[in-house]
Amino acid sequence: MRARGQMADLDTEQRGIAQTMAARLWNSRWLLAAGVVAIVAVYALAGISAYVVLAALLLLFAAAILPAAGARQSTGSGAAIEATGLQRLSGEYLAAAVADPLIIFDRAATIVHANAAAFAAFGGIAPGMSLSLKFRAPEMQALLDGVLSGDVASDIVDYTEKLPVERAYRVSVSSVGHATDLYVLVFKDQSEARRIDRMRADFIANASHELRTPLASIAGFIETLRGPARNDAAARDQFLQIMQSQTGRMARLIDDLLSLSRLEMKPYLKPGTEVDLRQTVDSVIDSLGPLASENAVAIERRYADGPLHVPGDRDELFQVFENLLENACKYGQSGGRVVVSIAHSDAGSEPGIDVTIRDFGPGIPEEHIPRITERFYRVDVETSRTQKGTGLGLSIVKHILTRHNARLSIKSEVGNGAAFSVHLPAH
Amino acid sequence: MQSVHIVSAYDEELKYLSKRIAAMGGHAERMVEQAVTALVNADPGLAQKVIRDDTVLDEGQREIDDKAIIIIAKRQPMAADLREIVGTIRISADLERVGDLAKNVAKRVVAVTDGRQPTSLFRGLEALSNLALTQLKEVLDVYASRSVEKIGFVRDRDDQIDAMYTSLFRELLTYMMEDPRNITPCTHLLFCAKNIERIGDHATNIAETIYYIVTGDQLPAERPKGDKTDKISLSETQPVK
Repeated sequence: MRARGQMADLDTEQRGIAQTMAARLWNSRWLLAAGVVAIVAVYALAGISAYVVLAALLLLFAAAILPAAGARQSTGSGAAIEATGLQRLSGEYLAAAVADPLIIFDRAATIVHANAAAFAAFGGIAPGMSLSLKFRAPEMQALLDGVLSGDVASDIVDYTEKLPVERAYRVSVSSVGHATDLYVLVFKDQSEARRIDRMRADFIANASHELRTPLASIAGFIETLRGPARNDAAARDQFLQIMQSQTGRMARLIDDLLSLSRLEMKPYLKPGTEVDLRQTVDSVIDSLGPLASENAVAIERRYADGPLHVPGDRDELFQVFENLLENACKYGQSGGRVVVSIAHSDAGSEPGIDVTIRDFGPGIPEEHIPRITERFYRVDVETSRTQKGTGLGLSIVKHILTRHNARLSIKSEVGNGAAFSVHLPAH
Repeated sequence: MQSVHIVSAYDEELKYLSKRIAAMGGHAERMVEQAVTALVNADPGLAQKVIRDDTVLDEGQREIDDKAIIIIAKRQPMAADLREIVGTIRISADLERVGDLAKNVAKRVVAVTDGRQPTSLFRGLEALSNLALTQLKEVLDVYASRSVEKIGFVRDRDDQIDAMYTSLFRELLTYMMEDPRNITPCTHLLFCAKNIERIGDHATNIAETIYYIVTGDQLPAERPKGDKTDKISLSETQPVK
C-alpha cells in the first residue's frame, strides 16, 4: 500500500509544473500551477496567438479538476500511514500483550505461536506441536474441527481441566482471515468463579463434619455443668478445662480450613520470585524451637554447601517446612531427634533441591502412607487428637507443593521413623 | 516433528492417525472422570451417559485399525513410520480397554449407591482415580510432545497407584468385617478400585509404546510388580474400633 502511494505521488509530480515545490507547499501546488499558467497565457496573448489561450484554458480546467483527485490521493496516503502504525507491529508483540492465554494455529491444527500466558497455563506446548493432540477433550476437538472445516468462522466453548489443579476456561476460536490461513484460540480463565462455588460447598461439608465433634462434647459438658455437676467445684474446673481445649481445637481447625481455601483460590504461583531455602528452613527451625524443647527433641541440620535457591513463594514454603517439622517433633517425639537436611539432587529427570525431614519415632504403617495427604485422613485418631492435629496439615503441604511443581515423597518403616522429602525443581 | 515424505498424502494419513488417537484419549479421560464423579455423587444419569459413550471408543479403535492396515498395505512403511503405525494400533487398543473399564465402573453406580453410603468410603477411591487420571493425562501429553526423556515419572506414579490400591483394599476389607451389610457396596467398590488401578496400568502400557515409537528401544524393564493385595489375609486385618 505504502509503495503504491509513493509511486502515485511521483507520477503526479512529473505531471505537475510545481515539481520543485517543497513538501510543505504540496497541497497548494495546483493553485500555484494555475497561477503560473495564467501568467504565461497573458504573456503569450500579448505576444503571439490564441492557440496558447486555448491551451492555458485547458490547463486551468485540468488544474481545477485535479485538486479533487489530489485530495483523494492525500487522504489515501494518510490512511496508509495510519495503517503502517499497526502493520509494523508484529503479531508476536500483539499476542504477548494479551493477558489471556492465546494460541495461533494453522489449517493443520499445528501451533504457530503461543504467547507467554499460554506457556504458563499449559506446560509442554511448543510451536510445531499439534493442537488437537494437546487439547484432547471432546468439546475442544469438536471446536477445532468446526472452525477448521470452515463450517463456522468463530465459536465459543467451555472447557475444564481437572488435573493437576482444576481450571475452567471459556475458549473462543476464530479465523484470522485475510488469506493468512491462520486461526486464533483465546482462553478466558473462569476458574475463580467456579472455585468460589466449590470452596463454599467443600468448606461447609468439611467444616460441619469436623466441628460437630468438639461442639457435641462442649454441649455435653455444659449440660452436665448445669445439671448433676452444678455444685461440684473440682469437676467444674476439669470440665471447663476440657471445654477450653475443645474450643482451641475448633479455632485451629477453622484456621487450617481457611488457609487451605485461600490456597485453592489461587492455584497459580506468581513467577519470578526466588527463595533461599537455607534461610527459610533456619527460620522454621527457630520458630519451632520452643515446641522441640517441650517435646525433648533435638533438631540436627545437615545442609549442602553453596547457594540453595529455588523459584517459589517464601511464605508458602515456610508453611510447608513448618508443618512437616511440627509433625516430626510431635509424632516422632520418641526418637528424641529430628534431622533436617538440604541437598542438591541432580539425578532423575528434574534437577533440583531436596529438603528432607527425618524423624526417628514409631514410623507410619505402609498402608497409610499413600493416603496421609488426604484431608482429615488420620493414621491414628487418638494420637492426632492429643497432639492437637487438625488432619489438614499434610493436605496443605501437598497443595502448596503442587503449586510449586514439587513432589513430596514419604519413606517410612514401622519402628524406624519416617522421612518426608520435598523435591523442589530448580527451574 | 516428522520428516516429510515425497507423497504428502502419506503425511496426511499419519497425522490423521495421531489426531484420532488424541481424540480417543480425550474421550477416555472424560469417561473415567465422569464414571468416578457419577459414583461419588450417586448420579445414575451421568453413569448412563458414560455407558453410552463407550461406543465412540469402540468405533475409534475399529477405524484406527482399518486405517492403519490400509496405510501399511499402500505405503509399505519402514522404520519410524512403521513403529508409529504399529504403536497407534496398540495405543488405540489400550484406550479402548480404558473405556471398557470406565464403563464397568459406571455400571456399578446403581448397586453401590443403593443405600446411601458415607462419603468416607469414596474419598480413597477419588484419590486413586485422580492418580490414575493424572497418569493417563501426562502419558497422552508425552504422546503429543514426544518428549520421552521425561517418561520416568510413569514408573513412580504406577508405584503410587499400586500402593494406594493396596491401602484401599485393606480399608474396604475392614468395613466389610465391621458390618455384613457393607459387603455388597464394598465388593462393588473393590471392583471399581481394581478397574481404576487397571486404567493406570494401561496408561503405563501406552507410555511404553510411546517410548518405543520415538526411540525404537523398549523401555528398560525393571518393575518388581506392584500391588500387594495378594498377600492380605483376614488374620492381619483388624476391624476399626
